[in-house]
Amino acid sequence: MPDVLVRPRNVSSATTERAVVRALLIALALAFLALFLILPVVVVFAEALRKGVAAYFATFGDPDAQAAIGLTLTVVAIAVPLNMVFGIAASWAIAKFEFVGKNLLITLIDLPFSISPVVSGLIYVLLFGAQGYFGPWLKSHGIEIIFALPGIVLATMFVTFPFVARELIPLMEEQGNSDEEAALTLGASGLRAFLTVTLPNIRWGLLYGVLLCNARAMGEFGAVAVVSGHVRGFTNTMPLHVEILYNEYNFAAAFAMASLLTLLALVTLAAKTLLEMHYGEALARTPRV
Amino acid sequence: MATLRFRHASALPGFGLALGYTLFYLGLVVLLPLAALVMQAAGLGPRGIWAVATEPRVVAALRISFGLAFAAALVDCLFGLLIAWVLTRYAFPGRKLIDAAVDLPFALPTAVAGIALATLYAPNEWIGALLAPYGIKVAFTPAGIFVALVFVALPFTVRTVQPLIIEIDRSIEEASATLGAGRWQTVRRVILPMLAPAMLTGFALAFARAVSEYGSVIFIAGNLPYVSEIAPVLIVIKLEEYNYPGATAIAVIMLALAFCILLAINLLQAWSRRRFGHA
Repeated sequence: MPDVLVRPRNVSSATTERAVVRALLIALALAFLALFLILPVVVVFAEALRKGVAAYFATFGDPDAQAAIGLTLTVVAIAVPLNMVFGIAASWAIAKFEFVGKNLLITLIDLPFSISPVVSGLIYVLLFGAQGYFGPWLKSHGIEIIFALPGIVLATMFVTFPFVARELIPLMEEQGNSDEEAALTLGASGLRAFLTVTLPNIRWGLLYGVLLCNARAMGEFGAVAVVSGHVRGFTNTMPLHVEILYNEYNFAAAFAMASLLTLLALVTLAAKTLLEMHYGEALARTPRV
Repeated sequence: MATLRFRHASALPGFGLALGYTLFYLGLVVLLPLAALVMQAAGLGPRGIWAVATEPRVVAALRISFGLAFAAALVDCLFGLLIAWVLTRYAFPGRKLIDAAVDLPFALPTAVAGIALATLYAPNEWIGALLAPYGIKVAFTPAGIFVALVFVALPFTVRTVQPLIIEIDRSIEEASATLGAGRWQTVRRVILPMLAPAMLTGFALAFARAVSEYGSVIFIAGNLPYVSEIAPVLIVIKLEEYNYPGATAIAVIMLALAFCILLAINLLQAWSRRRFGHA
């Protein structure tokens, strides 16, 4: 570096803080993050492995633990694809067309994000619970929704409802209609234009939305706790099983199950960060909070 | 002159199918269940809801929920600003990794956060053991609820302020310095006013999230009525007693209170936007 550009030591830059202040602020921010974000993750793995690796893996041999993992995978396998199809349909209608009431529709789609998880479960109990509006009818027809798989799937669908649509709507709006119009002009059918033009255009955004949707679906606790009834081996998802084990003071097993969910969260974060780094221009530009 | 029409003409097909499916699915999964809540609340009437709202245990739970959510959102607002500032303005090793880690509370299931925090702050464990000699108890007290809420709401404040810090035109800071302002003066009188509306948005989002939080709180709270019992826990208790009207009333009161507070914050934000003239 040429000498001219080197600042004299005693003159600080006008548009940044003094080095001491900088170091102090960095230290304070890192200390806060270490205490509130990093330490809880460290605790999960430390507690899970407290009795050794063999004991850790042994906890997954428990049939109830396996049933919980199976149930969570089943719920996710139903809820996530349904919300994905909805997200694609909603963003196609909202981003590609102009119609009356569009903003209202977007607000309604975002609604589940502003509702407490417990209330998200409550509304399904009010509909399908024993004393709910459809409760007696369901009972006389032998259909179980609350305290059974359908209730858990519905509550999960509700809390993860906006994820895919929220990512795809701004993305499709940014991309406009011209690609699809060109395909139609060249003789492609509507379906073909969607499959060969739209879908490749939105694939990274779709993956991003599905990733976040999946993480929330696997980890949802409050809404599912209200509708599940906590029947061991039947209506216990992984997060609910964590709760049961913890409340039974079976900490090693609780943290072992929690460590799986933590791994899922870390993998989701890593994938999300990679997508933002490498395909940032193929994701929606609006800040996602 | 075009007449008023439901939708504008478009060359693309599939509008009817896409919108039809969207409305059908939205109605089934979101609107129908919410209608059940509205109907149940209407059945109770204002008097029925007021009767539940004035039960001492409900009043205590609402005060704990809203008070601690407010405090947690405030702390997150300050530290969110600090973290966003440090992440965008300063270079240090591991910055990218830390930036990604900020979203951890979004990704980590709340029950996992709950048992991890409860274990960290339990009297004879990790941090709890360090605090115990000084007589400070965190787990199973309102302080524990506060810690959990600070954890879950942090990303909202960082992620709303961060894009604005990136956008700040450095020449404004240079102008301020040229005009003789010290660095602290520039930060206080030029930068912070520009960030004020975003900080309010972040505060509102953090507050909304903290008020409705359940999973991460119940393990560390101890759930002692009148002391460390939050409103969502009370909803669950009422549901377990098959007291649907009671649960509905608390849910409606929470929604109404949260709505009023968010409305107030929105007005404040509109004011600060006019006052400081920046989005």
